[in-house]
Amino acid sequence: MSSDEVDSNRRRFLTAGTVVVGGAGTIVAAWPFLSSWSPSARARTAGAPVQADISKMQPGQQLIFNWRGKPVWVVRRTKQDLATLPKVDDELRDPESRESIQPPYAVNEWRSRKPEYLVVVGICTHLGCSPTYVPEITADWEGGFICPCHGSKFDYAGRVYQGVPAPTNLTIPPYYFVSEGVVMIGEDGAAT
Amino acid sequence: MSEKQTSPGLLGWIDARFPLTKMFEEHLSKYYAPKNFNFWYFFGSLALVVLVIQIVTGIFLTMNYKPDGEMAFASVEYIMRDVNWGWLIRYLHSTGASAFFIVVYLHMFRALLYGSYQKPRELIWLFGMFIFLALMAEAFMGYLLPWGQMSYWGAQVIISLFGAIPWVGDSLTLWIRGDFVVSDATLNRFFALHVVAVPLVLLLLVVMHILALHEVGSNNPDGVEIKKNKDANGIPLDGIPFHPYYTVKDILGLVVFLILFSVVVFFTPEMGGYFLEHANFVPADQLKTPPHIAPVWYFTPFYAILRAIPNKLLGVTAMFSSIVLLFLLPWIDRGRVKSVRYRSTAFKILLVVLVISFFGLGYLGALPVDDTRKFMARVFSIGYFGFFLGLWWISKNETTKPVPERVK
Repeated sequence: MSSDEVDSNRRRFLTAGTVVVGGAGTIVAAWPFLSSWSPSARARTAGAPVQADISKMQPGQQLIFNWRGKPVWVVRRTKQDLATLPKVDDELRDPESRESIQPPYAVNEWRSRKPEYLVVVGICTHLGCSPTYVPEITADWEGGFICPCHGSKFDYAGRVYQGVPAPTNLTIPPYYFVSEGVVMIGEDGAAT
Repeated sequence: MSEKQTSPGLLGWIDARFPLTKMFEEHLSKYYAPKNFNFWYFFGSLALVVLVIQIVTGIFLTMNYKPDGEMAFASVEYIMRDVNWGWLIRYLHSTGASAFFIVVYLHMFRALLYGSYQKPRELIWLFGMFIFLALMAEAFMGYLLPWGQMSYWGAQVIISLFGAIPWVGDSLTLWIRGDFVVSDATLNRFFALHVVAVPLVLLLLVVMHILALHEVGSNNPDGVEIKKNKDANGIPLDGIPFHPYYTVKDILGLVVFLILFSVVVFFTPEMGGYFLEHANFVPADQLKTPPHIAPVWYFTPFYAILRAIPNKLLGVTAMFSSIVLLFLLPWIDRGRVKSVRYRSTAFKILLVVLVISFFGLGYLGALPVDDTRKFMARVFSIGYFGFFLGLWWISKNETTKPVPERVK
């Protein structure tokens, strides 16, 4: 082969080869940097369950506990509160909680293990604000939770109303009753 | 003209090694700008000044700030109370953030008025829009750093916006936060991005914006291309060298700007809760959202669009498209006449609708929601999007006034 002739096929092959190898190398090199943004091992293991003392709760009271940095509410619902649940079914987006996140034992009309106690993650499913507990009943409000950020409304079981931005009901975390007055938030417990 | 000038002394020595004189001439003393620049042309150079203010004050703030979930809030208070002149440096930086958006919004409105985004200046507009985008990212991440209640919950909401993206949304928000909630990990990475990464991108984009401008040449209030009429030396007849003519004009603008800027910094740095929100003087609490959360004023128009729609995905889509549409402006406007001076009444009406809608949305976005306000936000959202649809519609066969051959 003469040395001063340009073999353009070979040149094109080499160019393409360099681009492909360089491109693959760039993607591989980018991976550690992108992956470093995912939750670290420490953040992943920080999800320990939280024991909540609810023995002194009054009917209608709300307590807030910190589980994985998220607010988890325990609300002791009154008979009147529970009575509102079937009444508002028609105004809800997902009254039977089919699209929402909850453990199997919370798929019922109260969304809880015991009707009296609601245990729910207090983070709006819209954009992550923490809704406010609004028990005062008015002409067009049966009581429940209202998100201050974008006005999403939830009933006493954390079920979302229609016509508000939140897409699904509030999430129910795994939990179980250790005893009459103590709830373990973050674990399903042995007996379901 | 063409033979290489060699100045004696140090300048000549440098010029033989670095194109100092050449660059000075190309971008200042022999950059010919139209002679009819008016009030609206102050804001480009002012944006540059604010960028410098932000970089300098920002560097000094990092010297005492601690990007740590436990220490961030206290370190900001330390800067405010104990560091010599710390309050001034911080107020310059926080006021500078708002000033940046005021100046940039006016700068963008100038482009709308005089068609500065039209052919052949599409790339200038695109670079400018990317600057706007980088600026929004910069402002948002900077706002998390004081680690107050509004910082925290604002970041929570904005990051959650990405959760509306189908399929990948939840993993994406987890990846951005680096934790299951906004936490120390989020604060730390936002600090790195706010202080290093985004400013570098911003500076690069500003250079590209200016290079593209100087390649094509500035537009002007008449929307006439001054390069069409040149004298024997190839200098535009209606052009004047940027330096000294416009450097002197811009210094006047700068003096007025700095007076207003100082009034805010020294007398009302919080601007009644619009520049620094009251809730941000409370340390971040992961368990409690403040009763009313609103973004800083420069995001409220887009935030109001988000809130106007009672559906997560549609709301987020509408908000993002309100910015994407701005990017597409050079292609949405099919008209050939640039300046509002020679465009149709329909165009002027649309522009008025846009301005009213933008201010309306901005006002509503800062307030809590109720039914009346939600309705008004929808009306203004329609006005905002109507501008782009209307512009596309009317610009095809627009009845315009005759455009003069030369700058008046």
